[in-house]
Amino acid sequence: MKQQLIQLEINNQLYEIPVTPRDLLVDVIRKKVGITGTKKGCGEGDCGACTVLMDGAPVLSCLTLAITCQGRKIITIEGLADEQGALHPIQQSFLDHGAVQCGFCTPGMILTTKALLDKNPHPDQTSIKRGIAGNICRCTGYKKIVEAIGAAADRIATREVK
Amino acid sequence: MEGKKFSQVGRSVTRIDGPAKVKGEAIYTDDMVMARMAHGKIKRSTYAHAFIKNIDYSKALALPGVLAVITGEDAPNKWGIVPQTANEVTLAVDKVRFHGEGVAAVAAIDEETAEEALDLIEVEYEPLPVLLDPFESMKRAGEILIHENEPDNVLHQGEQLFGDPDQAFAGCKYVLEKKFYTSYVNHAFLEPHSSLAHYDPQNGQLQLWSSNQVPHYLHRQLSIVMDMPMNKIRVILPAVGGGFGGKGEASSSDFCAALLSRKTGRPVRVTYDRNEVFVTNKGRHPCHMKMKIGLDQNGYIQAVDFDNTLDGGAYAGWGMVVMFYTTSMIHLPYKVPNARARVRRVYTNKPTCGAMRGLGGVQPRYAMECLLDELAEMMGVSAYELKMKNAVESGYRSVSNLHVPHTEYKKCLQTVVENSGYLEKHGKQPFGKGIGLAGGYYISGTAYTLYLSYKPHTTVLIRVDTEGGVTVHCAAADIGQGCNTVMAQMAAEVLGVNYEDVHVVSGDTELGTFDLGSFASRVTYASGVAIKEAARQINDKLFEVAAGMLSCRAEQLEVRDRRFYSVFEPKKNIEWEKVVDVYTNTVGTLTGIGHFSPPRLKGIDLTRGERVQGANIGHSPTFGFSAQAIEVDVDVETGKVRVTKVTEAGDCGQAVNPMSVEGQVEGSIMFTLGQALYEEMHLDKDGRMMNACLHHYKVPTVMELPEMDTTIVDSYDPTAPFGVKESGEGPVQPTIPAIANAVYDAIGVRFTELPITPEKVLKALKEKQGK
Repeated sequence: MKQQLIQLEINNQLYEIPVTPRDLLVDVIRKKVGITGTKKGCGEGDCGACTVLMDGAPVLSCLTLAITCQGRKIITIEGLADEQGALHPIQQSFLDHGAVQCGFCTPGMILTTKALLDKNPHPDQTSIKRGIAGNICRCTGYKKIVEAIGAAADRIATREVK
Repeated sequence: MEGKKFSQVGRSVTRIDGPAKVKGEAIYTDDMVMARMAHGKIKRSTYAHAFIKNIDYSKALALPGVLAVITGEDAPNKWGIVPQTANEVTLAVDKVRFHGEGVAAVAAIDEETAEEALDLIEVEYEPLPVLLDPFESMKRAGEILIHENEPDNVLHQGEQLFGDPDQAFAGCKYVLEKKFYTSYVNHAFLEPHSSLAHYDPQNGQLQLWSSNQVPHYLHRQLSIVMDMPMNKIRVILPAVGGGFGGKGEASSSDFCAALLSRKTGRPVRVTYDRNEVFVTNKGRHPCHMKMKIGLDQNGYIQAVDFDNTLDGGAYAGWGMVVMFYTTSMIHLPYKVPNARARVRRVYTNKPTCGAMRGLGGVQPRYAMECLLDELAEMMGVSAYELKMKNAVESGYRSVSNLHVPHTEYKKCLQTVVENSGYLEKHGKQPFGKGIGLAGGYYISGTAYTLYLSYKPHTTVLIRVDTEGGVTVHCAAADIGQGCNTVMAQMAAEVLGVNYEDVHVVSGDTELGTFDLGSFASRVTYASGVAIKEAARQINDKLFEVAAGMLSCRAEQLEVRDRRFYSVFEPKKNIEWEKVVDVYTNTVGTLTGIGHFSPPRLKGIDLTRGERVQGANIGHSPTFGFSAQAIEVDVDVETGKVRVTKVTEAGDCGQAVNPMSVEGQVEGSIMFTLGQALYEEMHLDKDGRMMNACLHHYKVPTVMELPEMDTTIVDSYDPTAPFGVKESGEGPVQPTIPAIANAVYDAIGVRFTELPITPEKVLKALKEKQGK
């Protein structure tokens, strides 16, 4: 299939990538760019593991055609820690609260959380649940994830880090 | 007691693989890239039962970019996790036995080309009658066989008799018998199967990276299928995205990747789509059960009679083990003096069932805990009283010879009843609100290798030197449950260092020392024994050197916080590194090696064919326990059951990493809540799966998360290394019956078939009103 060059800004770095009209964003990020933190758990928009932030909003990269993303700013899980390598408070909170087991849902779960807290810095438990309702975790039973998100919100609020 | 003096064990520490996982840097099999890597895809059957008349792949092979095509004839050797019943092939030979079975595989330069090639493969089938119900399958065995050498469409059947249940029932005051059915469910781990094989034609070596939880058994199966000695094969686990039993045997993806790599001389990767994960299944066996329990006038259990027909699907897999586990699991956690079990595992034209978290326990537990709830009502006592009365105690030996060296099961029941307010709530809430109680247990450590062998089940090698510090080698599999962290904590405990100082080399059959893998809740216990032994050897040698350096006797020394101390003169102490430095400089690298073999009960010698009846889970060195009180709201308009609160208390012995234990318990409860209320794979009349996706299969989301209150009860098993027991399969057991008992308490209907869907609830409510 005929390839077309698109520009994507991924984690503050500009990439020029040849894509076909049917290439999915998840495959372009994972295979063409070679950043593999974004996971593919179902390929049909059910599990949320492939979530990335596009211009700040969470999108399912397995349902997004790469060719429609020309010029968009994308943040993947690799783009969340700061430039010195310090973990984002959400990442730290997931670690501290035992919200990670097999780790396969973790990148999508953390990025969905980032979008949620950007929009609602002080979510109550119901808002947290609604915020991550599209992300499946089969290991943790979600309890520690919800706790980690609440604690991350507090941590961000007190330290005023974004 | 030793358990109270720990410094590394018993601490909630963050996982050693955690930082890489939150940064997206953990490498899973599908994340790997190798030079010249090709992509494999599997062509799947469109019939559930049919002869393969012909496969023509000439057009596929002619497609530019296609490197190789294989069919069943390329690897006819049969494999199976249980060698006595091995009957699976990599790709179907002559006949397909379930819809979605692999019939051919393609390697191509990219995935798109491989997919295109699949469409060009022409398969000619001669359809056969499709048997989807185990009773129909047995009935029609004279007319149609799924396997030629299995005359009744039955893999195996068994009967176990202990005492005289018939006589015991005759003397019982309360007897209850009911049928129960558990549904057809899948593990739904989040990472689909993925395998990357690299065969080097020059040295004849095969390396396989795989998303798997039993690298050793995968290693053995590869050797059989590939016709290669094990010492030419290396299996490596990258990060694994969950298993829950579903990666507890080899997968077709492993063999297809390996065969295609050998054929093309390139690395080949095969990663499944979600749909393929469902249609190749290996999930929990649907069980058609009949259970009868008899109590004397005082409420003591006198007899249990259990009949179970397991719907096994197309191949053997773990089937025989699961079948016998269901019989063995009726002997605990209550004292059962007389018991009979009659069980059979039947072939059907469905994707095969296999091992799934809490294997063989979940189904009979559902029946038993629901029956006891009903019997308590018949007697006019609380289920709590009845269960406490019959609960096992430390030192109990069942009629089937299961020995429980230590248990806090009664404390578990007591804790949940107190913490949940069960006695105040049960039977006293408005219609639609209910609370249910159930208990459960699971083995801690497997009893046998699946092939006949008495070799140790785990070996741990600890290496200490100035370069690497402490390195623990063990081919155990961290599939997300956190065993690498737990192994580091246990090694650090004995060596007197911090867990962060310990490097763990696991999941590698070449760099890791022998381990059977992650199943049967065995790794913490088994590796704990081996780690203790290996670390003691290290300490013995370092104590001698430290003693010389401190001018005291070695037996006066202890090691903690990275220092050696004289226990009599604490002023005499020296840093751990300095002692290691002296040892390394004079002798060289220091190693210690430890092994674990499960204890053998008297009178059992497999080589002489002597086995204690029902001991299939026997020799489990200890058992973990859990009790749960679950509260529900039943919406009588919609029929929807909502779990509002789960109160749990578990006996996992000494928790090595309490935060990790909580994660196992909470995860177990949500995992099983899904089976109780939502999850079920549906097949149409032709055997095609109708809901092979996470959305329609209905995995619980966070919206289903109830309030959860879990307690790790104070426990220490003096017979276990560091006092440990299992924590990841015991808490799976009580969830389903606790929910079913709660629904009964809410609306007065006993559901004996899973899942308890709104349709079933509405129907039952309507029938109830009609009466």
